Amino acid sequence: MRAAFRSKTAREPEPLGGPLLVRWGLIAVAVLFSVIFLLLPLINVFAQAFAYGMDAYGRALKDPDTLSAVRLTLIVAAISVPLNVVFGLASSWAIAKFEFRGKMLLLTLIDLPFSISPVVAGLLFVLLFGASGVLGPWLQAHHVRIIFAMPGMVLATIFVTFPYVARELIPVMAAQGRDQEEAALTLGAGGWKTFWLVTLPSVKWGLFYGIILCNARAMGEFGAVWVVSGHVAGETDTLPLRVEKLYNEFDPAAPFAVATLLAFLALATMALKTFLEWKSRREH
Amino acid sequence: MSIELKNVSKHYGSVSAVADITFSVTDGELVALLGPSGSGKTTVLRLIAGLETPETGGIFIRGAEVNNVPVRRRNIGFVFQNYALFRNMTIAANISFGLKIKKWPAAQIRARVDELAGLLELQGLLERYPHQLSGGQRQRVAIARALAPKPDVLLLDEPFAAVDAQIRQELRQWLVRLHHEIRLTTVFVTHDQEEAMEVSDRIVVFSQGHLEQVGTPQEIYEKPRNEFVARFIGVLNVLELEVRNGFARYEELEFPAHGLVDGQKMRIGFRPYNVQVSADPSACRHRAVLRRTYFLGVMLRLELELPSGLVIRSRISKEEYARLGLVDGGAVSFQIRTYRILSKEGGPLGSEVSTTHETAPYLGEGI
Repeated sequence: MRAAFRSKTAREPEPLGGPLLVRWGLIAVAVLFSVIFLLLPLINVFAQAFAYGMDAYGRALKDPDTLSAVRLTLIVAAISVPLNVVFGLASSWAIAKFEFRGKMLLLTLIDLPFSISPVVAGLLFVLLFGASGVLGPWLQAHHVRIIFAMPGMVLATIFVTFPYVARELIPVMAAQGRDQEEAALTLGAGGWKTFWLVTLPSVKWGLFYGIILCNARAMGEFGAVWVVSGHVAGETDTLPLRVEKLYNEFDPAAPFAVATLLAFLALATMALKTFLEWKSRREH
Repeated sequence: MSIELKNVSKHYGSVSAVADITFSVTDGELVALLGPSGSGKTTVLRLIAGLETPETGGIFIRGAEVNNVPVRRRNIGFVFQNYALFRNMTIAANISFGLKIKKWPAAQIRARVDELAGLLELQGLLERYPHQLSGGQRQRVAIARALAPKPDVLLLDEPFAAVDAQIRQELRQWLVRLHHEIRLTTVFVTHDQEEAMEVSDRIVVFSQGHLEQVGTPQEIYEKPRNEFVARFIGVLNVLELEVRNGFARYEELEFPAHGLVDGQKMRIGFRPYNVQVSADPSACRHRAVLRRTYFLGVMLRLELELPSGLVIRSRISKEEYARLGLVDGGAVSFQIRTYRILSKEGGPLGSEVSTTHETAPYLGEGI
């Protein structure tokens, strides 16, 4: 009876027990891997941060240079994320809903930051805007500082986070098709109204998803920003750069304390991401 | 409002979507654009709506050219094949969308939404979202939304393709009633000849981007202008004849040569209802075996197999079938009462020719 039942369900393990072992083996490997490489380091960060007590933790975070790093990180994200949202909406709309020459080229360009090392990306801006760069002398003559200042860090961050919003939106927009927009047009709506009332609401979850990923990357970016920042304490340090600097100064608790801020960012991002996935599944 | 297309052509890249289309729809008419998929019928509908622009020719609504009038100023109502309801809005918000765009006062919007909900039997669904509705309900919401801003013209793209057979039947009759009530100039696209016949005042038949024929359902059925139309509308037996010894022949069937000489070919076609059948093997001119009977409701379709293996389709009423005492596998005889000369594929049809052997009783028209 039981054997007959088993033979009908394809996913039931075979009675020999071998496949069952394989299944539990695979699960064990996955769990072990996430514990060793993901969970333990995360716990370790918090353990180290609080190893010298709450006071040391609080002191590390109240350090003026650290506070300045928090401020700069927020400013860089506040500029680069909205710009990437505008760019991401425009490019994904163009790519998903229209046919034009050079579409593949645009898609490839959007993916470029994924395939370029962030350090190289930072270097590109140094070579372009730095003192000895192509535009350097002209910028210097006009007293515009880009490299080793905030504008350069914003540019580097935008470059690195370029694909996030667009890549999230392209498949969502493509799946929507043009039907709803055409319906709005036949009902008398112009392009702008159609965008605000129809296009944007229908891709909102994808857009939020892209924004939080983009934001997490913008705040956590290290390589590209490191190259263009110039490492001026209290001026051009973002949180990741600040962590590195504190660590190199052999401070026992401070780098971990600052790192907990980034860890909180990561946890909040994951929580939001899970929530958005759940929410968008429920609506469709 | 009247609609007129004059010599309209449209290409997608190097592919011709529609070529040199000319027809008109008079005020208050219900017209079907009929054709197989890829025949250009949807393109024509989108051209009228302004969702596509023609490369040559002119589109006129109420006598005024609208080629350069954008979609939103044409005052048309468009019902999309997959409804294209706004998924993030309630049914009420969907229906009132066009009214809000046109800045109707709130009280009037509410009254109009209620009026349409009554007309389309959508009461009680207004606060729901599209994904909570059945296919037939969504279809009616799409129509309500299109009708709300009081368009001059209602355009529907394959309005019944996405709902199941029973609801499709109800929706068809319902569309006819609705059209009768509001008398709005209506154009709809379909690939279903039965649907076009049942619903519309006139039919425009398309094939491969060309307009094949415009006419009432009866004209299209009884006087198809060419072989494509004849074959697309209803069932047609087609024979390719070759003249030998003064008669046009195919297998054991022979017809007058109609002026052709030996070696020349001609094609003829005849509707199944023009094939008269008798259970007496010697009553009619040709012998055959009744291979199979298909029950299609009131009418039955018979497949007659000749000794050579040629299969001819006939159509008779249920009563006639019972009276004749036909059985599958039994020997029968038949004759072709009238046929048309389809001189060559795609060319104009020849006149109708009655066979002279016997006067046939009237068996009733097929569907």
